[in-house]
Amino acid sequence: MSVTYLGMPAFPEAAAASTRDPRLRANLTHATHTIRDKRAKAVTELADWGRLRAAGAAVKDRTLRHLDHYLEQLEAAVTDAGGQVHWAADAVEANRIVTRLVRATGETEVVKVKSMATQEIGLNEALAEAGIHAYETDLAELIVQLGDDLPSHILVPAIHRDRAEIRDIFRREMGHWGRPAPEGLSDSPAELAEAARLHLREKFLSAKVGISGANFMVAESGTLVVVESEGNGRMCLTLPETLISVVGIEKVVPTWRDLEVFLQLLPRSSTAERMNPYTSTWTGTTDGDGPRTFHLVLLDNGRTDTLADTVGRQALRCIRCSACLNVCPVYERAGGHAYGSPYPGPIGAILTPQLRGVEGSLEASLPYASSLCGACYEVCPVAIDIPEVLVHLRERVVEGGPVTRGGVRTVLKSAKGHAAERAAMRAAGWVFGHPRALRAGMRLTSRTRRLHPRRLPGPGRAWSDTRDLPAVPAESFRDWWRRTRGTSSGSKQRGDGE
Amino acid sequence: MSGRDVVLARVRRALQDVPRGEGPKDPPVPRDYLRVHGSRTPAESVNLLAENLVDYRAIVHRSEPGELDMLIMRLLAERGAETVLVPPGLPPSWMAAADPVRIHDRAASTPRELDAVDSVVTGCALAIAETGTLVLDGGHAQGRRRITLVPDHHICVVRVPEQVVDSVPQALERLAPARPLTWISGPSATSDIELGRVEGVHGPRRLEVILLAG
Repeated sequence: MSVTYLGMPAFPEAAAASTRDPRLRANLTHATHTIRDKRAKAVTELADWGRLRAAGAAVKDRTLRHLDHYLEQLEAAVTDAGGQVHWAADAVEANRIVTRLVRATGETEVVKVKSMATQEIGLNEALAEAGIHAYETDLAELIVQLGDDLPSHILVPAIHRDRAEIRDIFRREMGHWGRPAPEGLSDSPAELAEAARLHLREKFLSAKVGISGANFMVAESGTLVVVESEGNGRMCLTLPETLISVVGIEKVVPTWRDLEVFLQLLPRSSTAERMNPYTSTWTGTTDGDGPRTFHLVLLDNGRTDTLADTVGRQALRCIRCSACLNVCPVYERAGGHAYGSPYPGPIGAILTPQLRGVEGSLEASLPYASSLCGACYEVCPVAIDIPEVLVHLRERVVEGGPVTRGGVRTVLKSAKGHAAERAAMRAAGWVFGHPRALRAGMRLTSRTRRLHPRRLPGPGRAWSDTRDLPAVPAESFRDWWRRTRGTSSGSKQRGDGE
Repeated sequence: MSGRDVVLARVRRALQDVPRGEGPKDPPVPRDYLRVHGSRTPAESVNLLAENLVDYRAIVHRSEPGELDMLIMRLLAERGAETVLVPPGLPPSWMAAADPVRIHDRAASTPRELDAVDSVVTGCALAIAETGTLVLDGGHAQGRRRITLVPDHHICVVRVPEQVVDSVPQALERLAPARPLTWISGPSATSDIELGRVEGVHGPRRLEVILLAG
């Protein structure tokens, strides 16, 4: 596996390609609309949704404001329960720790539960370099892994693939990894799921090491929680002798009771179910039941830098439900790959530039991958004000300012790549400040409207490639107002400078 | 500096805006959300549980103590089960009429041995009516986590109404975090292929729930 998100082009270039793929757009539109409609119904069932949402946001804020306290409490509780805790400041350190732990078992194969954190750090690639084979066991992650592809949605990573593509990938690739696809495999979802079941069962039954993330960690008890549907998670969490969980430090919640909030918010927001089929919790190790050795790797990798930004900090409340992706008009058209990280959609547009810094061209472009319509904030079960953070990050990109990178406070210069945008905004500012020029421009536009192209030339092309240009009216609003109301109102519009 | 020291130092530096006097429990958490949604008699809660279980494609049966063994026998026979796993604490009377060979889960038994078993019969810790969820905690009549995972057919007995709670908050109150828990809401399912729901990927593809009165 050599696929990584590194070196991805900036959002506009990546999206320019993906928006021209009709199959991708059809798959995405179907999927996002299906989930969003179901979710709305599941949420309506709970009369106290707004109060649960406020509680969820407040629990996360409480944790984040005292994260050092809760992490130390968690570490003590996990250790007391027989687990071992490791701390990783960045991806390299996390990968080194996991590689060392797997090597110590003498094994060269591991089974994995779907985990955003391990994708973020490129764990599979790091293990491969050390000669360790990591098998993804979530059906969608399996499709992505066998297809030598990248995930494009937080909840359904293979959302961009339809059944025919999945059948082709299974037929072509399964044999290289283990049990081949059954003869004559059709593209019916039931047959495809059965093929995955048979293929993966061999891995589950022989695996000695499992690797997971976690949805929540409870500080007071040291309990980890994994929420899933297929049972692959349960397989990886209970059958191997050694379990290694790599979890972002923001996933901690203070008390056992706090789970009553999140186990109501998460399933309804993400899969639109009253409850997901399987939830597993474990606290250290249990004699005679499940892994004998448990390691917890606590991952920073840019999270403390995000924490240091008092506006952007709220992104760390995210419980990875993906509701914001499914309502986003930009995600729906551009697809997940364009965001260049395991975190696509609106949450990715604020999380990735904070975790990695806004200095790169991809990261600098992400805060602009939004129409600021606010739908993402409306559906967020922990009330992250994504538009607020987007605007804040745009300001960082354009103006520069104080940021924390790798734990060090520094002052960011304005990004060079956005000089054109700054110039454009200055030009707009001049036009709006000189109404006569604005009015003359509008009249000219109206009179030449039959000559206007369907696509914009030059830098505007990327915009018009993916959208229909609005028709220019025969008369500007200002002229219309003046013609129909201007005289009857009796007062000359002194304000417009004429 | 160790990774631990680095991360904790960064966290503390990042939180310099938090007033010194503020304690970890000071930021307020409003708890005015509902402990239970709606009001129900115990019998209505059992009915809601049954309804939600069926909605997630579990198969629901009702039974009285005197007829439980015959029901279990019939369900196993319908599946053609020749071998059945029983946890050590399962009441022997439940299996009094069952024909299949009983397999006892031992620490030494390998996952492959479990994979060859047709069915498993267990009790549960509790069930949640509002969500249609069974919770297993490894206690009496339940056994280890893996026995309800590897075989393809799971029969779970819920004592009603005493093991039924209404809501997620009520369930957490009654569960001990130190025990490994498995929450089960319908059979294993995936929606990863064009979002069509398919039952049974890795966990049991057939989940039968017996609501045992009395």
